[in-house]
Amino acid sequence: MSMHLRWRKTVNLVMLSLTGLCTVLTVSILLLILGYLVWNGGRSLTWAFFTQLPKSPGEAGGGMAHAILGTAQLIGIAAAIGLPVGFIAGVYLAEFGGTTFPFVIRYTADLLNGVPSIVIGIFAYIVIVLPVKHFSAWAGGFALSLMLIPIVVRATEQFLRSVPLSLREGSLALGASQWRTVLSVVIPASIRGIATGMILGVARIAGETAPLLFTSFGNNFWSSSLNQPTASLPVMIFNYAISPYDDWHRQAWAAGLVLLGLVLTANIATRLILLRGSSTQRG
Amino acid sequence: MASAAVPAESTVRPVSLWRRVWKGDSIAHLVTFLFAASILLITLLLIYQLFTHATLARQKFGWGFFTSQAWDHGNDVYGALPFIYGTCLTSLIALIIAVPIGVGSAIFLSELAPSKLAGPLTFMIELLAAVPSVIYGLLAIFTLVPLMRTVVEPALKSVLGFTPLFSGPIYGVGYLSAAMILAIMTFPFIISVSREALLDVPREQREAALALGATRWEATWDAVVPFAKLGIFGSIFLGLARALGETMAVTMVIGNDPAVHASLFASGYTIASVIANEFAEAGSDIFLHSLVMLGLVLFLLTIIINAAARLLILLTTRRGTAR
Repeated sequence: MSMHLRWRKTVNLVMLSLTGLCTVLTVSILLLILGYLVWNGGRSLTWAFFTQLPKSPGEAGGGMAHAILGTAQLIGIAAAIGLPVGFIAGVYLAEFGGTTFPFVIRYTADLLNGVPSIVIGIFAYIVIVLPVKHFSAWAGGFALSLMLIPIVVRATEQFLRSVPLSLREGSLALGASQWRTVLSVVIPASIRGIATGMILGVARIAGETAPLLFTSFGNNFWSSSLNQPTASLPVMIFNYAISPYDDWHRQAWAAGLVLLGLVLTANIATRLILLRGSSTQRG
Repeated sequence: MASAAVPAESTVRPVSLWRRVWKGDSIAHLVTFLFAASILLITLLLIYQLFTHATLARQKFGWGFFTSQAWDHGNDVYGALPFIYGTCLTSLIALIIAVPIGVGSAIFLSELAPSKLAGPLTFMIELLAAVPSVIYGLLAIFTLVPLMRTVVEPALKSVLGFTPLFSGPIYGVGYLSAAMILAIMTFPFIISVSREALLDVPREQREAALALGATRWEATWDAVVPFAKLGIFGSIFLGLARALGETMAVTMVIGNDPAVHASLFASGYTIASVIANEFAEAGSDIFLHSLVMLGLVLFLLTIIINAAARLLILLTTRRGTAR
């Protein structure tokens, strides 16, 4: 019996430490990724990176100023389409919907969220690039907006639903119409959460590469209009990382650091906003 | 304030259009409905466009498309087998690596770690999910691939080299490297969803097992984990769907060889990466349609698995009570 007990205790100890080990492993991967990227990227990051255009292949120096602007343009287009559509559709799901149709929309949004980004790229290529026969920022931004919409829909619906029913009833009892209640009471009460959902959504699409490969494509110069092929940081990282030039690898690291900095800042900032919000509401 | 004075007047004066709009819930309803419906429309359009832009490939190759290994731009003959094989193989190996480690971490974070430790650790792991996939690819090219070439794959070869899986020349890039980076990318999904499922298990479940004299591990493994089983499976399916559709990181390390190889060290190709590499250069219509056909296959594969994952997660979270 005591042999058996000792065995059970040993199994207990071994398995519990194994689960701890798993956690250490996964967390250390994150730290390694961050550390390696910061070290390599920090070494490579220069002022020229932010201000200059790329040099010709193999030539040292140059930067990715055009890709930084391009990424901003693409995000701008995606946000201009994706945020309003996602937000208003989310309002419908939370406030105006019945039972059947919202279920269908919710399911569709989930489905769209699960579509591989490369397939979204194919779709944007078919509906925008094929008819006009050239790559453009519009096509890339459209592809990104399709990835943004389902994220914003779900965030909006979730945070609107978390507003207490009594707030709505109070407003309706005062004689306000339903849409007036939604606009002046429900949305302001949940705007902080919705905004963080939107920021996270934008941060997520900022790093997307696959849908841009054959929609906004790439460009080594300033693009003069949104109707032209447009460079973006993620696509530049991809092209530079698989190139044979050391200097391009160096720049890929720098771009990776900038991109990761952007994404992680957004994630950590929204987390802090949400934490502070919940504690002030409780207090 | 103004509305208090209105009712008396409004009975005599016809209701203006502005007032009807101002009071018009039906209009707000209609507008928001249209936006919501646009999501449905665009998704249907996506499916329709994928379907119609793959017609040439369907007509020319039929079901043979899925069993053919041809990928010949010169003669415009295309087959999907190497890509489907590569996609399924890399995702499968990735799950074999990621599931035990992911579920182990989830158990640690939900059952053992004090909440002061578990909160920050979970947040850090969730940050892993936010890292763009091209950055995983960048890191994989310069850290994982050399590591696989010089350490991991030679070691595997010396121990298991007698099997066809672990024989053949070692390049560093290939199925195994792609599977490794996929495993790292699926960790966060498996961990955070499994952890949610485990946290949903009622506290009594643990206490009853401990009160009967079970060790901490026995209580966890025999009483808590079975309760959260469906949710854990859901997390695995979610990770699988993510791994199947993952493009950039895999494209950067798989080696891009459109052929079927038994050896895990060999270069291969996946559906997503062949689309990423060749779509922009698709010259002929039949080539384009073949690539769209591959996209359609990937689309159907991921939505089926996603639907299964959501169903499983829904089933557990509905059953759980305590948080």
